[in-house]
Parts: sequence; structure tokens; C-alpha cells
Amino acid sequence: MIGKVKIIEPGYFSTIQDRGRFGFAKHGVPFGGAMDQISYKWANVILNNNENDACIEWVFQPPVLRFSESTIISVTGAETTLFLNDKRVGMNQRIKISRNDVLTSKFCKNYKYGYVGIRNGFLSKEVLGSRSFFKGVTSSHMLKEGDQIQYRKVGKFTNQFSKVSSNSHFKNSNELLAYKGPEFDQLTDDKKHLLMNSSFTISGIANRMAIQLEELVPNDLPSMLTSPVLPGTVQLTPSGKLIVLMRDCQTTGGYPRVFQLSQEAINSIAQKRMKEICKFQLIAD
Amino acid sequence: MKYELTYKRYSENAILIEWPAKIDENILQDLIFYKEIIEKGSVKEIIEVIFSYNSLLIFYVSTIENVYDEFLLLKSLYSKNFVSKEREIRLWEIPVCYSPTLTPDLESFARAKSLTVDEVISLHTAPIYKVYFLGFLPGFCYLGGLDDKLCLPRKSTPSLDVKKGSVAIGENQTGIYPMDSPGGWHVIGCCPLNLFDPKKEIPCFVLPGDEIQFISITENEYNDIGSLVNSGNYLLNPTIS
Repeated sequence: MIGKVKIIEPGYFSTIQDRGRFGFAKHGVPFGGAMDQISYKWANVILNNNENDACIEWVFQPPVLRFSESTIISVTGAETTLFLNDKRVGMNQRIKISRNDVLTSKFCKNYKYGYVGIRNGFLSKEVLGSRSFFKGVTSSHMLKEGDQIQYRKVGKFTNQFSKVSSNSHFKNSNELLAYKGPEFDQLTDDKKHLLMNSSFTISGIANRMAIQLEELVPNDLPSMLTSPVLPGTVQLTPSGKLIVLMRDCQTTGGYPRVFQLSQEAINSIAQKRMKEICKFQLIAD
Repeated sequence: MKYELTYKRYSENAILIEWPAKIDENILQDLIFYKEIIEKGSVKEIIEVIFSYNSLLIFYVSTIENVYDEFLLLKSLYSKNFVSKEREIRLWEIPVCYSPTLTPDLESFARAKSLTVDEVISLHTAPIYKVYFLGFLPGFCYLGGLDDKLCLPRKSTPSLDVKKGSVAIGENQTGIYPMDSPGGWHVIGCCPLNLFDPKKEIPCFVLPGDEIQFISITENEYNDIGSLVNSGNYLLNPTIS
């Protein structure tokens, strides 16, 4: 039987996400997928879901949700205080949902992205092999008040294990492990030194496509042909801005690529807020 | 023809292969052929191979333990059995309406280039453009072959709302916006076709290696083709040579 979750309040920028959309980058379609893949993964692991089941991703403020049928959910990622019909419930564990239950929560205390998982995943329409929202690909690119998303009703609540210890699953390290970008070796030694030894600040321009850093690094690299990029590619623009490409980034870009973040570092920078500091550390090959 | 290629680790699970930095049809052909051999011959499972003018990025499912072993394997695929044979080429005739009423920048573009609108149209419809790769937006084709007389730097302030179907010029490049998007190119025409349709199994009909020629149509034809496209009754077939 199919239940529906109704979005009573959408939160700040809530979307449906799975691991991502693979196989269509050759058509210019971004990979997308959960910004913090580790927290996303835990939301499904707690529920014994398939690893690609779709979750609701929220930013700072989780959405207010009403469930039409019984099920089991989980909430992971950025730390928030959760209430089920005004009664406190915990993160990082199974939460039993009965018919017409309402989940509310506070603005998160730390980090940025969180996930609401549901037993067997949210069943929004799959487009090109993925449910991850993306403008121009899925019919909607953001959850709105009144939206209803289907899920499979679960009658029986089982609690095989109590809880995963909160936030042990993502290290909020300031050091971002990175590979040399393809254009790194064209930089002069003083620019390399600057990139390797300076602290950089997360700016206010940060979204699912990219995170801009505040400090400028003078760029004297020659212009280049448009080339492939991936989430985690760090570009240096002609004006000296560093742009860390994130999950919804384009598949190709024309700015020199000075670093490529490790998978762990992509998940870690996704959770950093404005004014937080980071440093790049090269991975020896 | 063989090229000196460079192999670099891109991330824990990606390798970048680079050709000389040129926009060149022979490189494109070599690159597409090598890509197909890698997709068939790789031992490691691949998520996707992405490419642009002169590079190919192999994105693997799992971490590459020894990147030098992987380089050797890839190099052996490039040297062995590598006969780039003549392939058939698909030419798409893409209808474009160059109308000052529908296209916001056509007249200012012509003035900036000291050309008449008719001269702009004939210079833009004359070449056969090569599709190098898709990127920027879903379904956006990077085309080679724009006439130098039509090169114009991007707008200093990008437009926030370039309409779907806009045919535009930026620097030495031209292309069609497959969906509404911000963009810094000069819009000189509009195309009634759907360049990207996520409901289809293969969402884009134009693919790298194909050729495109723009055909000038009237506003009436633009509207007629538009309604046929919307009702699913417009069929465009390429000429194959």
C-alpha cells in the first residue's frame, strides 16, 4: 500500500536526492546526488534500505512533514532537535511513524545538510535512472509547501539496533585532502606555496553547484580549452577566485583546475558553513 | 594518426587522458575511437567516460589501487588494434528563426560587427558545424566552425534569463540553449526543437561527432514547427554520409 508524505513547510532548500545520476554526463547532465554522501548513506543503512534509496535532503532547516500511513524513518546529518507530534525523538536511529504523524524540527545547530530517510525510499519519479532533483531534468527542483511524495507503507516496526553514535560518521576536519589538479603544475612555485599553505574561508556563495572561497590567489595561468570536471574539482578563475565544484556542477568547465578533492573532503566541505576555515593538503601519489 | 597523450590521476577513482590542446576534428575522431575501446576493453568497472575537445576523463566505480598499472593498461589499448576507420557522419539541418522581434540581440549584434542582419544570417547558416561534445547544460552542444567574422566577446553582464531554444554566439563559439538559463552569449536566433528531452531513453538526438547546419526559417514556420514539436509530430532525420 502506498502512503504519502505531505510537505507542510518546505524548509530552506529541500530536495529529493539519491546517490546521483550516472551515465548521462556525456549529454551534459550533472551527476547530482546527496551533497554529503556519508550522512545520506547512514540514513539508508539505519533503515536497512537499498544503498540508492531516495531521501529528502534539507539545508539548515528540515521540512515539516505529515505522513499518511505508518512507516519507519531516520534523520541524519546536521544536528537538529526533532519532534514527532511535539514529542522529542532522536536522530541517527529508527523512528516509528503512525498514520497522520507530523515531524517537526528546529534550525540545525551545526553543519549544513541533513537527510530524512524512509523505509524503501521516497518514490518520486525516477528520471534518467535517478530521483535526484535537478532543474530541467526532474519536473520539480525543490520541495514546495503542499507537495506530496509517495512511499510504501510499513505495518511492522522492528528495531534491530538502537542507534548510530551521532556524527561519528563525518570528520569535520579543516584539512581537505586533495589530488593535484591537471593544471596545478603550471602554477609558479609561489602560487603553489600560497595554495598549499594558506587558510581559506567559505564565502556566502555556496550551493549545490559550487562553493566559492573568499581569499584571492592571483592567477597568471594561460586560458585553456573547456575540459571535463567532476564534483570536488577546485577551479581558479581569471580574477583569482577559488571555486570548489559540488554535486550539481556542470560536466565541463573552462577554468584551470588546481585541485581535486578526495571523496571524504567533498562530503566534509559540503557541511561547512560560511566563515569556516579550510586548508588544502596534497595526497602523495 | 597517433598523438602524444599524457595520463594523469584525476581523483581516487578517475584518470584524465590529454591530447594536444587544439580544437581539431582529427583529435575528436581519435578521442571518440579511443573512448569506445576503453569502454569495451577496461577491466575495471567504469561509471562513465566524459570528454571535451582534447581530453577524456575515465570515472571508475572503485578506487584505483595502482594508477601506473592502470596507465599501462590504457596505453596498451591505445597502441593495440587501433585502426581508426572511416565512420558515417550524421548531418542535422536545424531550423532557426533569425527574427529581430523574437531575438533580443540580433540587431545590436549586427551593429557591433558592422554587418547587416542578412549578412549575419548568411554567415551563420553557411558553415557545417562539428559537434565536439556536450556540456554546460543538459543537451548543450559545443560546436566548432563559426566564421571569424561573427566572433564577438561575451556580454560583460550575463542575461539572467536566456530562453530555451536561443541560438547564440560567444567569442568564437556558437550554440543552442536547450533550456532556460542565465547566459552571457548574444542571442541571434531561436530554434523550435527540443535539444534535450529527459523523458527519452537517449535524451539528446545530436551527439558528438555529428554535424549541424542551421537553416533560416520564417516566424510562421517557427510557430508551425513549434506546435508540431509540442504535439510530438515533428520528425527530424539526419543526412548520413
